[in-house]
Amino acid sequence: MIAEIGHFALILAALLAVVQGTVPLVGAARGNDPLMALAKPAAQAQFLLIAVAFGALTYAYVVSDFSIANVAQNSHSAKPLLYKITGVWANHEGSMLLWVLILALFGAALASFGRNLPPTLHARALGVQGLIGVAFLAFLLFSSNPFERLTPVPLDGSGLNPLLQDPGLAFHPPFLYLGYVGFSMAFSFAIAALLEGRVDPAWARWVRPWTLAAWSCLTVGIALGSWWAYYELGWGGWWFWDPVENASFMPWIAGAALLHSSIVVEKRDTLKSWTVLLAIIVFSLSLVGTFLVRSGVLTSVHAFATDPQRGLFILAILVVTIGGSLTLYAWRAPQLRATGSFRPVSREGALVLNNLLLTVATATVFIGTLYPLVLDAVGGGKISVGAPYFNATFIPIMTPLVMAMAIGPMLAWKRGDLWAALGRLKLALGAALAVVALTLWLDSARDILAAMGMALATWLFVGTALELAGRIKLGRAPLMDSLRRAAGLPRAAYGMTVAHMGFAIVIAGITASSAWQTESIQFMKPGETTNVAGYDFRFLGVKDGRGPNYTSQFGSFAVTRGGRPVATLVAEKRFYPVQRRQTTEAAIHTTWLSDLYAVIGDANKSGGWSVRLYHNPLVPWIWIGALVMFAGGLTSLSDRRHRVGAPRRARPVALAGSAPAKA
Amino acid sequence: MSDMSDTATTRGRPSRILFVLPVLLFGVLAAVIAYFMLTGRDPRLLPSTLIDKPAPEFSLPPIAGWQGRKPGLATADLKGKVTVVNFFASWCVPCLAEHPQVMALSKIKGIQVVGINHKDRPAAAKEWLTRHGNPYARIGADAGRAAIEWGVYGMPETFILDKTGRIRFKHVGVIRPETLKHKLLPIIRDLQK
Amino acid sequence: MRALAALLMLVMVAAFVPAALAVEPNEVLKDPALEKRARNISKRLRCLVCQNQSIDDSNAGLARDLRVLVRERLTAGDSDKQVVGFVVARYGDFVLLRPPVNAATFVLWFGPLLILLLAGAGVFVFLRRRRPESAGAAARPLDAAEEKRLDALLADDGPGS
Repeated sequence: MIAEIGHFALILAALLAVVQGTVPLVGAARGNDPLMALAKPAAQAQFLLIAVAFGALTYAYVVSDFSIANVAQNSHSAKPLLYKITGVWANHEGSMLLWVLILALFGAALASFGRNLPPTLHARALGVQGLIGVAFLAFLLFSSNPFERLTPVPLDGSGLNPLLQDPGLAFHPPFLYLGYVGFSMAFSFAIAALLEGRVDPAWARWVRPWTLAAWSCLTVGIALGSWWAYYELGWGGWWFWDPVENASFMPWIAGAALLHSSIVVEKRDTLKSWTVLLAIIVFSLSLVGTFLVRSGVLTSVHAFATDPQRGLFILAILVVTIGGSLTLYAWRAPQLRATGSFRPVSREGALVLNNLLLTVATATVFIGTLYPLVLDAVGGGKISVGAPYFNATFIPIMTPLVMAMAIGPMLAWKRGDLWAALGRLKLALGAALAVVALTLWLDSARDILAAMGMALATWLFVGTALELAGRIKLGRAPLMDSLRRAAGLPRAAYGMTVAHMGFAIVIAGITASSAWQTESIQFMKPGETTNVAGYDFRFLGVKDGRGPNYTSQFGSFAVTRGGRPVATLVAEKRFYPVQRRQTTEAAIHTTWLSDLYAVIGDANKSGGWSVRLYHNPLVPWIWIGALVMFAGGLTSLSDRRHRVGAPRRARPVALAGSAPAKA
Repeated sequence: MSDMSDTATTRGRPSRILFVLPVLLFGVLAAVIAYFMLTGRDPRLLPSTLIDKPAPEFSLPPIAGWQGRKPGLATADLKGKVTVVNFFASWCVPCLAEHPQVMALSKIKGIQVVGINHKDRPAAAKEWLTRHGNPYARIGADAGRAAIEWGVYGMPETFILDKTGRIRFKHVGVIRPETLKHKLLPIIRDLQK
Repeated sequence: MRALAALLMLVMVAAFVPAALAVEPNEVLKDPALEKRARNISKRLRCLVCQNQSIDDSNAGLARDLRVLVRERLTAGDSDKQVVGFVVARYGDFVLLRPPVNAATFVLWFGPLLILLLAGAGVFVFLRRRRPESAGAAARPLDAAEEKRLDALLADDGPGS
């Protein structure tokens, strides 16, 4: 019964989406207020209906209603409650339902909080959201119905992949989708602007908060996924350039570019048609990502069960959505007129450089991800494009970007002084060089690339701090003066500082953990000790245990350093009988500067156990840095400009003795 | 406001072509992907690098404890007749699915069907063959290395060799009745000429 | 066909137990230099039944067999190139995680650079058009009152945005 209610709600939502996707657009074209006003209640009602549907599916999972095919395939009565709930979105149909729920959530939010927008733009943006909803609700209803019934009803479900019964991974999809799907707002605004035929600086101001929210959530989503891989997969790896990882990474990079180019549109009234294109591209990448995961065209550990029929359906949605929006762009964008002008060496110029490099980086990941597919399609054979390719191409593109990131904010708008900016960064350069020297001195392998990576991180961190210090005239004015300036700075300024620093922390974490990981693989008998990077790991032995739906073996290690106890690590090996799968839970102890990491394997015949011990320097900084970036995004989001909304037109100020405007 | 700097913006505006470029590029990409999907290409199937090359050098013992069997399987055994080499195992569920087709192959006159038992327990393999039928003229027990030599990455896989012992065709996955009829039999007939 | 391809995948996936150990202690070679070479080569070879992992990272049966093979051949005296070549001869270029540089992969390897150059050229052209000096006819010079007002406004302008 509940499932039928959910199904019905979904059907109603789809019909409502059709209304939302057509009527307001017609109304905006004709300037018809009542038609446009329909958008707001339609969007809000649509969200409520989809929430009902989502609630119905969640209920079915919680009570283990195996008469619903989706629940039977993906759940099991023995699963803990938390994972029954998170299992709702750990499969194709349920995750698509989450997808449209978040799409509707953003639509409803725009409907409720978009009071400051011009009515036509508001109506058009909501209309486009509605159209996207139509496409995906149709996809759900016609090819991925989560509410399909199953007869005869099985006694129990087929369980869930044990890998997914994990808190980190359970919350990775919601954040990811808030990001992915959140970029639909920028897309809707872009299409609305193209339909209007104009892009005001104010348009950028309205788009920014939505893009910031989406990008921040995506940062957390990607970080959660990587963090999960790190502690779950058993050898300390956290990024594999897997196609599905890339599918979430591309919108992140392009989204960062969009955030920055929209600043230029807002402040300088230029780069408009590029920013509109970028907004379309970012969401298109989200759609492409959705397609790649579910269509089966790429081999990936992440892919959902593949079904070519669904793949073709999504491809059709992509062709209509992306093809349609890019066609609209080709037709309307030439009419967008920019007014700002600036010299190449200026803050605008730096942001253009930022966009150039980020776009090339996105394109690189895109080419690497899709190349095997395209080559195979044209009969060129099968190849693999793995981490070595991306490391060789992506890193050289990001390096100049990071270098420029410290300089850009130091440049003035319209016309900047590069030498002056560099002069103000002397301290950052000094710090970077010092770090290079220190790193090479400490590193026995004299890894020059790693030293440069640490130097880049230092350059960016110190440079960003110097920029903030310069703004508040720290050291050049009395301290109280500086503090006063600091209190008066817009939150967006702090947002930038925090986010850039977060990025620097991530770079340091990535560099150190890649270059200086210490690994030790051996058999150990209880009582034996191994030294890894200065830490002594004494193996205490293996005990048996069991959980709600698995049996396990626990291997314990007492870790000391120079005789002083540091931690006790308990690594676990689980066996899930229903799935006949084995997983390892690594034991991790973080010192915040590094991670001690232990994994237990199988026993050998002579009483020893296969053991892997790691020392991962600065790995925690990767997750911390991501959180800091998230905090930066939220800080910018809380800037009062976004809450106040678009300024009203001021009365023109009469200039003394002014002549009429030049004819 | 836009009037004043019109002269700046209209002078040498980017040509219309640039605006059309994104949709064109997307169209090409979508067409390629659609083609890929519609022709049913499976991204997981690897083409063999060994086609038209002589069979790899190998020598495998028979399944341990199997009585009344000829001694194992080696490269020399693959010459003289058209040969079907089938990788199988008792733990491999799809192998059971294709077993009727392999039995049918073994009944064709003038060719030989040989099996490579991959990473199996001798007792289990023997039981499996006894229960379901043994289509193989000879069997070699492989601990893993032979599979690598043949470029095998999944189970089951089947190779067709010509009379000189050259590999002429590889089939990955289950041999379905249609595959047998429309693909394998014509090739075998061709090679027998 | 697709259902059976899925079945085949099932067998392959059943062989792949994703989250346990990869390199086992009993695979590790005694000679650290050889072992280091083995690890480096393993990181470059794709595990064919694992969907996008190297044989170093995976503990599928095939990955393990290939790791053992790599070490055997290194111990037998093969160079890195010969070991990799051995595996490629049997499985094709697909097994290389770093795609080869040849005619088929030209766009792959040089595409990013080409895009960078083309986009860079585009940006260059765009920036030239955006220079303030090129803003058409020069505006008429400001009179004294306007100059004073301009100075007042400029003095007010704080740092940054």
